[in-house]
Amino acid sequence: MRFTKDHEWVALDGDVATVGITAYAAEQLGDVVFVEVPDIGKTVAQGEGLAVVESVKAASDVYAPISGEVVEANGELGDAPETVNAAPEAAGWFAKIKVSDPSQVEALMDRAAYEDYLQTL
Amino acid sequence: MSTTMNTVGRPTAPVATAGDIPATLTGARGLLQDEALIFELGGWNKTGVDLPEAADADEGLSGLMRDTAIGLPGLSEPEAVRHYVRLSQKNHAIDLALYPLGSCTMKHNPRLNEKMARLGGFSDIHPLQPVSTVQGALALIDRLAHWLKTLTGMPAVAMTPKAGAHGELCGLLAIKAAHEAAGQGHRKTVLCPTSAHGTNPATAAFVGYSVVEIAQTDDGRVDLTDLAAKLNDQVAAIMVTNPNTCGLFERDIVEIARLTHDAGAYFYCDGANFNAIVGRVRPGDLGVDAMHINLHKTFSTPHGGGGPGAGPVVLSAALAPFAPAPWVVHQADGFRLVEEAVDEAASAFGRMSAFHGQMGMFVRAYAYMRSHGADGLRQVAEDAVLNANYIKASLSDVMSPAFRDGPCMHEALFDDRWLEGTGVTTLDFAKAMIDEGFHPMTMYFPLVVHGAMLIEPTETESRQELDRFIHALRLLAGAAKAGEVDRFKGAPFHAPLRRLDETQAARKPKLRWRA
Repeated sequence: MRFTKDHEWVALDGDVATVGITAYAAEQLGDVVFVEVPDIGKTVAQGEGLAVVESVKAASDVYAPISGEVVEANGELGDAPETVNAAPEAAGWFAKIKVSDPSQVEALMDRAAYEDYLQTL
Repeated sequence: MSTTMNTVGRPTAPVATAGDIPATLTGARGLLQDEALIFELGGWNKTGVDLPEAADADEGLSGLMRDTAIGLPGLSEPEAVRHYVRLSQKNHAIDLALYPLGSCTMKHNPRLNEKMARLGGFSDIHPLQPVSTVQGALALIDRLAHWLKTLTGMPAVAMTPKAGAHGELCGLLAIKAAHEAAGQGHRKTVLCPTSAHGTNPATAAFVGYSVVEIAQTDDGRVDLTDLAAKLNDQVAAIMVTNPNTCGLFERDIVEIARLTHDAGAYFYCDGANFNAIVGRVRPGDLGVDAMHINLHKTFSTPHGGGGPGAGPVVLSAALAPFAPAPWVVHQADGFRLVEEAVDEAASAFGRMSAFHGQMGMFVRAYAYMRSHGADGLRQVAEDAVLNANYIKASLSDVMSPAFRDGPCMHEALFDDRWLEGTGVTTLDFAKAMIDEGFHPMTMYFPLVVHGAMLIEPTETESRQELDRFIHALRLLAGAAKAGEVDRFKGAPFHAPLRRLDETQAARKPKLRWRA
């Protein structure tokens, strides 16, 4: 699993990456009440808006950590946004993206580097 | 001496009770009754009015007459009156106590305003009346416009926008029209600082612009380096609030305007915090091109008195030709309205509302201005800033100011560092304030400050009232630090309603009452 400074995580399996927000992000947001996942087939560039997550505190964009095409979206979150709080780095995933440039994943932080980064916040 | 005095058998002094206060049997609290929804109070078996039986309406409806009840509650007049009075008793209002909502300027609304607004010449007129019959009302709009232009140092004002966000829309539409007229319609970006009111980026997006954030410096101001880097020939405007939502004056405001104009963009100023500088600073002198003025903040009637507000927009010479119709013109033979987009209004971008603006708010704002005078308005700003700094200074040893150095403007901003390790959050602290008799401050805004608590006392509070407020907050801060978590986690305990479940309210909202 790799991480961004905007608190998204990426898990690569072959050329498809599963994307979500980290446990730290979910905790900072508080109770999630609404998630808007992307349409399948949408092409995103790294750093572009991928999804929207809304909590009782704030609404935030979730940025695409890597470029590619959305091949699957987690429709379960529509009815059960609380999954993002319960299991942010597992069942609370947002989308699966067919990666156009795998080296983008390699360039992201590993868990140790991300945890060091969290210490600086 | 009579032996039948009314003290016989009737205790005239309270008897001390020991132990817990018993819950009431009915759920009422003293003379405050638990209030049901009006639909739960009424029914079809009673009515407050006596109407004659309807004539046979079926014939004209071709069989389309509804065959089910529409479910309106049937209430007698006293039931309807009591329902709403009881609801109002559960509400909080500026007429009950200090209302420290930051960014809202919840100042006292002088009763004189209300008296003036009820004068028949203002309250009983219709927007389609011949102008010859409403000369007094038009004169008031014209004079109010004159005061707004004078106070802001701007040459034009659009009076019709109905509130702050509507004013932002008006300003950005004027900017869009000006760019299009100059062949600059390709400019599609609006810059907003991270501390902006949420309405700023929302308005820009509504007009069709994409929004780019400007970073903030460590001392809570616009980061000039970041602004300069993001200004280019694609930027239509910047939107900056001054004083900003951190309660701080943007000290580089003139440089911000210069950089913006050099890039060919316009400077929209969010005037929500004008109360801090009215009579002291003219936004026109700072290089502002457009600014809305919340009449219902700076010039009393906070939150529009629960009704509509008014958000006139002052415009620079560059934007004035695009001001929306209608407006009032003063001629030798009286006042007239410019309504059509021809002649002097040929380049007006359109209209912001069907008629001439929010007359009731105009009267209140003008009454407020005239009763204060130019010197009085200056003192409004001075006292508003003084009161906020008094609160900041009086709480800084027990709470953590978000920006400790230097004075604040009209609102004091604290973060939640001082609550670290107590188990109490900003939300808990705010709810506990309700139990202590004070409406909470604005919380979790601005977003750039963690666990923000934004306190705006306004100039209308006396030293005595401020001290009462400060005393309550100091007691609460002491309780939080002493580990009295239970006092906070379940608060409010003494309000008509206990804490609401915001999460479930958002996840599973009940938007419709059903029997």
